[in-house]
Amino acid sequence: MSAHAHPVTHHAGAPHGFIRRYIFSTDHKVIGVQYWFLALAAVTVGMVLSWLFRAHLAWPNLAIPGFNGVMRPEQYLALVTMHGTIMVFFVLTVAPQSGFGNYFLPIQIGADDMAFPTLNMISFWVTFVAFFVLIAAFFTTAGAPIGGWTSYPPLSAVGSIAGPGQGTGETLWVVSIALFCLASLLTALNFISTTIEMRAQGMSLMRMPLSVWGWFVTAVLGLLAFGVLLAACILLLLDRLALTSFFVPAGLVFSDTQPALAHAGGSPLLWEHLFWFFGHPEVYIAILPAMGITSHVLSNFSRKPIFGYKAMAYSLCAIGFLSFCVWGHHMFVSGMSPYSALAFSFLTLAIGVPSAIKTFNWLGTLWGGKIQFTTAMLFAIGFVSLFVTGGLSGLFLAQPSVDLPLHDTLFVIAHFHIVMGVAAIFGIFAGTYYWFPKIFGRKMNEKLGKTHFWITFAGAYLIFMPMHWMGIMGALRRYADASAAPYLQHMAPMEHFVTICAFITGAGQLLFYFNFFWSLRRGEKAGINPWHGTSLEWSIPSPPPHGNFLEVPRVYRGPYEYGVPGYEQDYLPQNLTPEQIAKAGS
Amino acid sequence: MRSRETEQGSGATAGFLSLLLVILVVATVYIFAARIWPMPPSITRVGDWIDSQYRLTLWITGIIFVMAQLGLAWMVFRYRDHGQKVRFVRGSHVLEVIWTTATLVLFMALGAMAVHAWSQVHFVAPAPGALQIDVMAEQFTWNFRYAGPDGKFAPAEPKNYNDSLGNPFGIDPDSKDKDDIVSPILVVPVDQEVELRMESKDVIHDFYVRELRIKQDIVPGMIIPIHFTPRVIGRYELMCAQLCGMGHNRMHSYLEVVSETDFQKWLKQQEAENQQ
Repeated sequence: MSAHAHPVTHHAGAPHGFIRRYIFSTDHKVIGVQYWFLALAAVTVGMVLSWLFRAHLAWPNLAIPGFNGVMRPEQYLALVTMHGTIMVFFVLTVAPQSGFGNYFLPIQIGADDMAFPTLNMISFWVTFVAFFVLIAAFFTTAGAPIGGWTSYPPLSAVGSIAGPGQGTGETLWVVSIALFCLASLLTALNFISTTIEMRAQGMSLMRMPLSVWGWFVTAVLGLLAFGVLLAACILLLLDRLALTSFFVPAGLVFSDTQPALAHAGGSPLLWEHLFWFFGHPEVYIAILPAMGITSHVLSNFSRKPIFGYKAMAYSLCAIGFLSFCVWGHHMFVSGMSPYSALAFSFLTLAIGVPSAIKTFNWLGTLWGGKIQFTTAMLFAIGFVSLFVTGGLSGLFLAQPSVDLPLHDTLFVIAHFHIVMGVAAIFGIFAGTYYWFPKIFGRKMNEKLGKTHFWITFAGAYLIFMPMHWMGIMGALRRYADASAAPYLQHMAPMEHFVTICAFITGAGQLLFYFNFFWSLRRGEKAGINPWHGTSLEWSIPSPPPHGNFLEVPRVYRGPYEYGVPGYEQDYLPQNLTPEQIAKAGS
Repeated sequence: MRSRETEQGSGATAGFLSLLLVILVVATVYIFAARIWPMPPSITRVGDWIDSQYRLTLWITGIIFVMAQLGLAWMVFRYRDHGQKVRFVRGSHVLEVIWTTATLVLFMALGAMAVHAWSQVHFVAPAPGALQIDVMAEQFTWNFRYAGPDGKFAPAEPKNYNDSLGNPFGIDPDSKDKDDIVSPILVVPVDQEVELRMESKDVIHDFYVRELRIKQDIVPGMIIPIHFTPRVIGRYELMCAQLCGMGHNRMHSYLEVVSETDFQKWLKQQEAENQQ
């Protein structure tokens, strides 16, 4: 338990041979990069899917290549379902937590690897398999599932009688998510053990970088949340394959010519409770690591300590705790007890308090600083702006009465895309531009990076702000087209606008791909500490060697000692000894 | 070193980012203030209460939004690296306590004020004379059942479901009360309280009429009631708001609010059609 009891043990030498080094590696850094590339592949697929359904929403009569003419409603729903599933699980959970967390958590606490390296490798490969199981749903005869990323029964529980894609496609969905949960559980276990057991000498909890706090609290959420979804998936699978009735009530009839289904005694609301018991913490699983990264980057490039470090660490814990008490706000219209809705409402509003604390402290960090506009910093500032906007729209949805008109409209889509989608993606971008030099030894191109930021920042708002107003006017989510609803047809110009912005913003991401791969070979050499950072990753070579540290690290101070008065150098690395400091002092 | 940092603190980058934030604020405030894309007018008293809570929330979040985004824009520009010394500060206990308390009080107060409208929707029972209408949702149509001339609902069972014979509720064909009226649209008299008892045959659907400000999932295996009193005559779109399968977006009907006389006329017409 003690931070001083477990000095770093040096690894045996790096394994030889391509397969052991880069494929089935147990090195946390290789695994981190593997997760990151898995997320890159997933986000690419997810984005292309969104282009396809956005094109259909804007031009419902357009023949889209690969769809044998005009997209059918079930194809539209399959795209929406797969887009949501891929983005939430394989991008927003994988990149910020499993990707960056794997790479930098051990390094930032001064450890040579994760606590359980082999388990870590297994987690990655199970996640990898889960992704391809999900993608396989596209290649089944009836296509991918159409039940949405929330997969509510009975639509998801009774097989193809409920609709195309609800047969084999939906089964693959459930299996994929169950595998994903299993892998994420193991990862969570690993992160928690590593943080508790493997901190270097002097690395007390209150000296951990806020990024580590983010990954640590997220791991605790993962441990508690993924187990519940795993259980729910197994029950759903049993309903589907073994004709049990956990989620399916008696007497369901899908057509005059067929008798009622043989299920009896289940409750669709049970799935909703289990799903959202996972689903709301999942929102924070996506956003907490991004908050940690943002804090880390904001302090570094403001050349100032983070404002209110302890408040930041405690508010992360508070958000983590409260995230388990608010799932019912997804169910205000579900038919659950309207009395419990009030409890969930107040708890949801309460989670706004630690979120507001974070925002105030980010602004406090910028205040009086000396801001350096690196691309990483721009994305971190963008994160703060998006988090404010998306957080505030959450205040509407947290009140059951105001939620009534807005529930299941595009207002909700706008809210969660801004606050957990785009904001978390901004955290991922900030992390990528910030740590690329450490991971690959070269910097990414700043000019391209900034252009990428301008397009993405403006684009995110141009895509999602109009959706708020469409939702306020009553535009519903998961509507393949407006053909049957006259009032929706009046919103066609807004659909066009959003789709065109989505195409331009999507195309702008090509700058990122190009910059990334170009910089791998051609980027400016970075050296050990290109950003004059203080945390331990900036004390070791770029890229770090196998086992990370050339000598056993020891920590003497907190992670954000920037601009401390009385020193020539405006940053004091965590591992600098008091003697070295004395020499540097004036 | 100094020159690199100054380049990173470029006034152009800071200025452009601040400008984008200012444009965001101005555009957002204008669109809300000028009511360019507003909610359609509410047609119930409860809807008016929900709207006033919505407007209160809009004011509060609007003020925070403007202050936070403009504050961010100002700081980004003001504190760009132009060679200045940082104001070294680790935090402020006093400020942390002030803003924590302030947001807690504000958010809890907002939540407390929202309770009234919610209780009117869910905690207040419909008056004894409310017009009872049964709702049966199914992939991908709406069915509404009125008690018919005898004022009684006939017993209904799933085994009697037969859409093609116009019996989506499964009304017992041998019952003496089988004169129920079944309609694909929801017709109600103005200023009369209506109670819907909603069921689904297959998957989860959701009853949604924008102008009522009501959205309610209809879950198979449950009978879920809602009640409302429409105050404005008109024809309003009724949609399914919960993903129910491939035809979800086509699951569309109308709520027609008519005068009492027109309502009686409509009932007579339906009865006549029933007897044919």
